[in-house]
Amino acid sequence: MEMTILQVFNGLSVSSILLLIALGLAVTFGLMNVINMAHGELIMIGAYSTYVTQGLFTAYMPKSWFDTYFIAALLVSFVVAALIGWLLEMILIRHLYGRPLDSLLATWGVGMMLQQIARFIFGAPNVAVTSPSWLNGGLAITSSIVLPYKRLFIIVLVALVLTAMYLYIYRTVQGRRMRAVMQNRNMAGCLGISTRRVDGLTFAIGSGIAGIAGCALTLLGPIGPSIGTYYIVDAFMVVVLGGVGKLIGTVAGALGIGMFNTLFETYTSASIGKVLVFALIVAFLQWKPRGLVALRTRSLD
Amino acid sequence: MVLKWLTGNPGSRTKRILWSVLLLLMCMAPLFMTPFRLGLLTKFLALAILAVGLDLIWGYGGILSLGHGVFFGLGAYAMAMYLKLEASGTSLPDFMSWSGVEGLPWFWEPFRSFPAALILGMLLPALLALILGFFTFRNRIVGVYFTILTQALVMIVVTLFVGKQEWTGGTNGLTGYPSILGFNLNTPSTKIGLYFITLAALAGAYVLCRRIVSSRVGQVLEASRDGENRVRFLGFDPSRYKTFAFAVSGGLAGLAGMLFVLQVGIISPSMMGIVPSIEMVLWVALGGRGTLIGAIIGTVLLNSAKTGISEAYPEGWLLVLGALFVIVVVLMPKGLVGVWSKVVSSLSRRGGTVHAAVRKEG
Repeated sequence: MEMTILQVFNGLSVSSILLLIALGLAVTFGLMNVINMAHGELIMIGAYSTYVTQGLFTAYMPKSWFDTYFIAALLVSFVVAALIGWLLEMILIRHLYGRPLDSLLATWGVGMMLQQIARFIFGAPNVAVTSPSWLNGGLAITSSIVLPYKRLFIIVLVALVLTAMYLYIYRTVQGRRMRAVMQNRNMAGCLGISTRRVDGLTFAIGSGIAGIAGCALTLLGPIGPSIGTYYIVDAFMVVVLGGVGKLIGTVAGALGIGMFNTLFETYTSASIGKVLVFALIVAFLQWKPRGLVALRTRSLD
Repeated sequence: MVLKWLTGNPGSRTKRILWSVLLLLMCMAPLFMTPFRLGLLTKFLALAILAVGLDLIWGYGGILSLGHGVFFGLGAYAMAMYLKLEASGTSLPDFMSWSGVEGLPWFWEPFRSFPAALILGMLLPALLALILGFFTFRNRIVGVYFTILTQALVMIVVTLFVGKQEWTGGTNGLTGYPSILGFNLNTPSTKIGLYFITLAALAGAYVLCRRIVSSRVGQVLEASRDGENRVRFLGFDPSRYKTFAFAVSGGLAGLAGMLFVLQVGIISPSMMGIVPSIEMVLWVALGGRGTLIGAIIGTVLLNSAKTGISEAYPEGWLLVLGALFVIVVVLMPKGLVGVWSKVVSSLSRRGGTVHAAVRKEG
């Protein structure tokens, strides 16, 4: 029983991080058919933004305020990553629409450069971010099971981001435009929606969420220039498994991969677990090649 | 005439002369290169074999694989396993005894024999490519989806190789084998021999791919790149052609890996990881995809640049690599070959108009 609770909790924790990372990817891929390989580096930018914010708080703020830095860091990470994402879209990605494989390569190049720039600025070794004191410790369920507050916080954070995304996509004018462009770009354009602006905004939001993910990752361990690459491949698998175009697909994909990963890793080893998950995904795609949830379309190339 | 048959396209007379000169120069390279430089060139030519195979599926099939590091690695490991067993003689390979392995694992046994290792080094990657291709192309998993799956394949194979240290040597990989079939790998004469073997293998790979793309198979492959559904409506099954090309490409990557290991003397999981795999794509992109020759040019140029830059300025290489990706994709999607043919055609057009003008005046 205790084993099961711990299993489910760990699975949820892994899934929530995957979901946070995959959300931005799924949105940009669904909307623009652009695979953003620099997404991992946007995570890295979010993480370093948190690091810098923490440094500023230690330097210029009274000591008693230090614990509030994390709230500020969440905002800063979002804004910085969103800005850089928006710039990236303006300068590079808009030239690559309709060439998904090329966009993949070009953004990978950008990611490579961003990593190297981070190495120049912050140095190659990992740096540690001190977590705020209110996140230390854990919630004791039984005498032997303690759920760390940090992981609980991340799960709550992801739930909040997910809710915000849902409200944005399904309850606002901007979100409606976004869905329209996603379903039929040409028709949306004909009806007077500025697809350019929708693209830019969506890309910025997706990047901002990556920034938040980076901020959350600082709670789990030291951060380094290549922190994004650890997570990015798994996050892509979430997108492939979940399908694009609907939030629920991404959520299900993240839960599936996160849960199965923890499950297999407990009963086999970490490396065999990964192999099993990959085999399961390929097997699943035999049944649903477009992922769990796919937008219905009648168009054919 | 032979060349015409080999390359499958008639080509102009100048083209044929250029080819012959190039081939002659390549054959004479050992005469005017130091053994060190010759070794580097051999390494690049080995990698070019992989690039040609990658161009076959990407340039002609429209399938972008970020997983060629795995196929390359499988070939390299096959050769390294043979070399390791040869070096260890009757005892266990050193890293196995360090990890406390009692007897040789069963899948190491076939690699005792050189011909078996040689065949397996190409067959295993081809088979893996075949399986992956079969299960994906069949379901019309194409484009970006396929690319992401190949990248995931790299990740899990690397984790597997690192994790199973007692069988694969872990992060250190396989190294410490001085000779092949009794020839010392470091003597100049062996190096020259390996150079010619690699050159021949590259020529063979080039001819094979050239034959494939100019055959009916190649035409269907190219057609399904441009309009897969239309090909299907015409009664072809694109997935078969794609799977075939992908398997050939995987086998060539394995061959490249085998020759690479002979030159470098080490193979480790980091050489088949995500970054090396995507770097391979850049070789093809820089040279010009869909040209085969571009893949070779790109590989040799980029790897020479890498050697030069990493020697002088190690941190700079990744920055250069990243920038090159962006520049090549955005500004020259057809690569160097595309730029070259554009220059040639604009020159000849200008020349043509001059001639026309002269004729008019005359």
